[in-house]
Amino acid sequence: MTATTEINKIINEDNLVYKKTNLLLDNEMHYCPGCTHGVIHKVIAEVIDEMDIQNETIGVSPVGCSVLAYNYIDIDWQEAAHGRAPALATATSRLMPEKYVFTYQGDGDLASIGCAEIIHACNRGENIVVFFVNNAIYGMTGGQMAPTTLEGQVTATTPYGRNTALNGHTMKITEMIALLPGTRYVTRQSAETPAAVRKLKKAVRKAFENTTEKKGLSFIEIVGTCSSGWKLTPTQSNEWMKENMFPFYQLGTLKDE
Amino acid sequence: MGDVRLMKGNEVIAEAAIRCGCDGYFGYPITPQSEVMETLMARQPWEQTGMVVLQAESEVAAINMVYGGASCGKKIMTSSSSPGISLKQEGITYLAGAELPALVVNVVRAGPGLGTIQPAQSDYFQSVKGGGHGDYKLIVLAPASVQEMNDFVGLGFELAFKYRNPALILSDGAIGQMMEKVELSDYKPRWTDEEIQEISGSWATTGKKSDRERNISTSLDLDSARQEQFNHKLQAKYRAMEENEVRFEKINCDDAEYLFIAYGSSARISQKAVELGREKGIKIGLIRPITLFPYPTKAIQEMLGQVKGILSVEMSAGQMVEDVRLAVNGKVPVEHFGRYGGIIPTPEEVLEALEQKIIGK
Amino acid sequence: MAKFKGAIVVETEKCKGCSLCVVACPTGVIELARDVNAKGYHYAYMANPDACIGCSSCGLVCPDTVITVYRTKAS
Repeated sequence: MTATTEINKIINEDNLVYKKTNLLLDNEMHYCPGCTHGVIHKVIAEVIDEMDIQNETIGVSPVGCSVLAYNYIDIDWQEAAHGRAPALATATSRLMPEKYVFTYQGDGDLASIGCAEIIHACNRGENIVVFFVNNAIYGMTGGQMAPTTLEGQVTATTPYGRNTALNGHTMKITEMIALLPGTRYVTRQSAETPAAVRKLKKAVRKAFENTTEKKGLSFIEIVGTCSSGWKLTPTQSNEWMKENMFPFYQLGTLKDE
Repeated sequence: MGDVRLMKGNEVIAEAAIRCGCDGYFGYPITPQSEVMETLMARQPWEQTGMVVLQAESEVAAINMVYGGASCGKKIMTSSSSPGISLKQEGITYLAGAELPALVVNVVRAGPGLGTIQPAQSDYFQSVKGGGHGDYKLIVLAPASVQEMNDFVGLGFELAFKYRNPALILSDGAIGQMMEKVELSDYKPRWTDEEIQEISGSWATTGKKSDRERNISTSLDLDSARQEQFNHKLQAKYRAMEENEVRFEKINCDDAEYLFIAYGSSARISQKAVELGREKGIKIGLIRPITLFPYPTKAIQEMLGQVKGILSVEMSAGQMVEDVRLAVNGKVPVEHFGRYGGIIPTPEEVLEALEQKIIGK
Repeated sequence: MAKFKGAIVVETEKCKGCSLCVVACPTGVIELARDVNAKGYHYAYMANPDACIGCSSCGLVCPDTVITVYRTKAS
C-alpha cells in the first residue's frame, strides 16, 4: 500500500478528531501570521459551541487589533469605543441577566484607556466574562508602548527601551483586579503550546459556567505574542515570551472563589 | 385629568422615564441635574417596572452603558449637564454611527469649562451641529416648561426609535430646577422580549437565533465606498427628519411686525416681553422652536413678508442666531440678544434690546 | 511503534505559514512547503506523514484554524 492511499484511508469522517468549530466563521482572519488572537478566538468559539449557548451569548469587541473579532465568531456582537467594552457589557448583562456577556480586550484597551471602566465593572461584580489579551505592546497602531510593556522593552514610542523614570512602571493590572471583591475568578493563561491551549480552554469554560451560576466577574488574562510589534518571527516570539514575559507575568490562577 | 403634581423639572424627567416604559438609566451626578438619578434611586423602579438604574463611574462610562443597552433594542437614557455632556460626546457620535436609538438629557449650565452651575443655553452648537466627530445629527427637543420635560421623554424615545438615532432633550438649569404643575403621562409597560424582536429584531444584539445572521452593533466600516454609502443613508435620514419632524410654537404672530425667536427658558421670558411690547403698541410675535434639529426654518421664512426685523434671544453669546440668519438670508435685519454666564435676562431687557437693536435702527 | 496513525488536512489557501504547528508537532511531521499559496505564504504540509499520530497538537495551536486532524488505531 502506498503512503498516499494509506493517508486517504485515515482521512475520513469516522477518524475525525479535530476540526474547526462551526461557530468560527469562514472569514479569513486579518491577524498577522502566528497571532495569538486567532487561538483565543478559536477556544472561545469552541466553548460557546460545546456549552450550546450561541443564541444566548453577546460579545463586546474592543478597539485594537481585535476590533474586528465580530467577523470571526458567529454570535451577536457589540463593537465598543476604545476601552469602553466593560461599560457596554455592564448594561447588556444587567438588562438581559440570563445572557452570557463577555468583553474581549487588549492591553491598550483594557489597561490604558479603559482602566476606569474595567476596574469599576470588576468592582461592581458584573456577571460577565473578561478576556484580556496582553502582548505588552500596541499592535494595531504599529507597536507603541502599552502599560504592560516590560522594562527595557523596545517599542515604537520607547525606541531606547522602556525607561521607568521616563515611561512609568510596567502594570500588572490582573493582580490589581484580583484584589477587588467583585471578581470571583482571576487567572493568567497562555496559548503557545497544545497543553497551554487545553488549559486555557478549561479556564474559558469555567468562566462561562460562572456566568451560569451568577457568580460575578471572571477575568482571564492571556499572555500572548505580537510578532509584528516585537519584530520577531512567530516561533521566536513564543521563545521571547517564555523568556521575558512569563517570569514577570506568572501564569496561574490568582483567585477562584 | 391624569396624575397632576407640583414637581421639579429634573424629577419629572425621572418620573416620565419610569412611566414611558424606559428599560434603563445610566448616569453620573452633576449639578444642576442630579435630581434625575436621585429621584430614580428613591423610586426604585426595578421593583415596579423592572427598569435598571445604575450610577456609573463617569459620564464616559454612562454613555457607553447607554450604547450597550441600546444595542439590545431597549429604551435607554442618560442625563447630565454641560461639562458631563462634553464627556459623553464620544459615546453620542458612536450611537449615531451605529444607528442606535437612545435618549440623552442635557440640563445646560454656563460654560466654558466648569463655568458655573447656573442655567445657560450655550450648548446649542454642540447639540445641533454635532458635538462629536463625523457628519451626524441628533434629534434635539427643547422643553420650555416642566410639562414639556414630561412630554418630551416619551416623544424623544418615539422619535429615536422611529429613526434609529439618538435624541437629545436640551433643557437648562432653570427648567430643571423649577417647580411647576405637571400632568404626568399614564404608565406604559416596558416592551416584552417579543415586542423588541418585532421592533428591533433585525439589528438588536439579543443573542443570535438560528434563523438569522448575527447582529453586530458597530460604527466601523473600513471600506471607504461602503462608508460613503452609509453616510448617504444617514444624510437621507436627517433630510426625512427635516421633512417630517419640525416642531415649533407661534405666539402672537398673525399681525406681528417684529419677531422674537427663542427656545426653552428664553422663550418664556420672550413671551412676557411680547406682552410688554404689545402694551406699548409694538406688534411683536414669538416663534418658539421646539425641535432645534430639525430647525423650523420654513416657519421663520413664512414670516418674512410681514416682519421688519427679528431678535434671536438666547442665554448664550449668540449661537442659534446663526440658524436664524441662515433662514432669513439677509431679507430682514436679524440681531442677537443674550445674557450668559448663568444670568437669565429680564423681559424688560429683552424688549429694550428689540427697541434698540431692531426698531431704533 | 505508535499506537495511533494520524493524518492532517491543511487548508493551504488560508495558511499563513507561521510555523507554530511545525514547532508544536511532537513527531516532526509538518514542514513549510517550498511552494507558496495565492497570498505568497509557504503553507504547512505533512512532510513526514508516516510519523503522524493524530494528536491534534498542530490543530490546537494553529491561530487560523486551518488544520483538520484524523486519527485511527495503528494496524
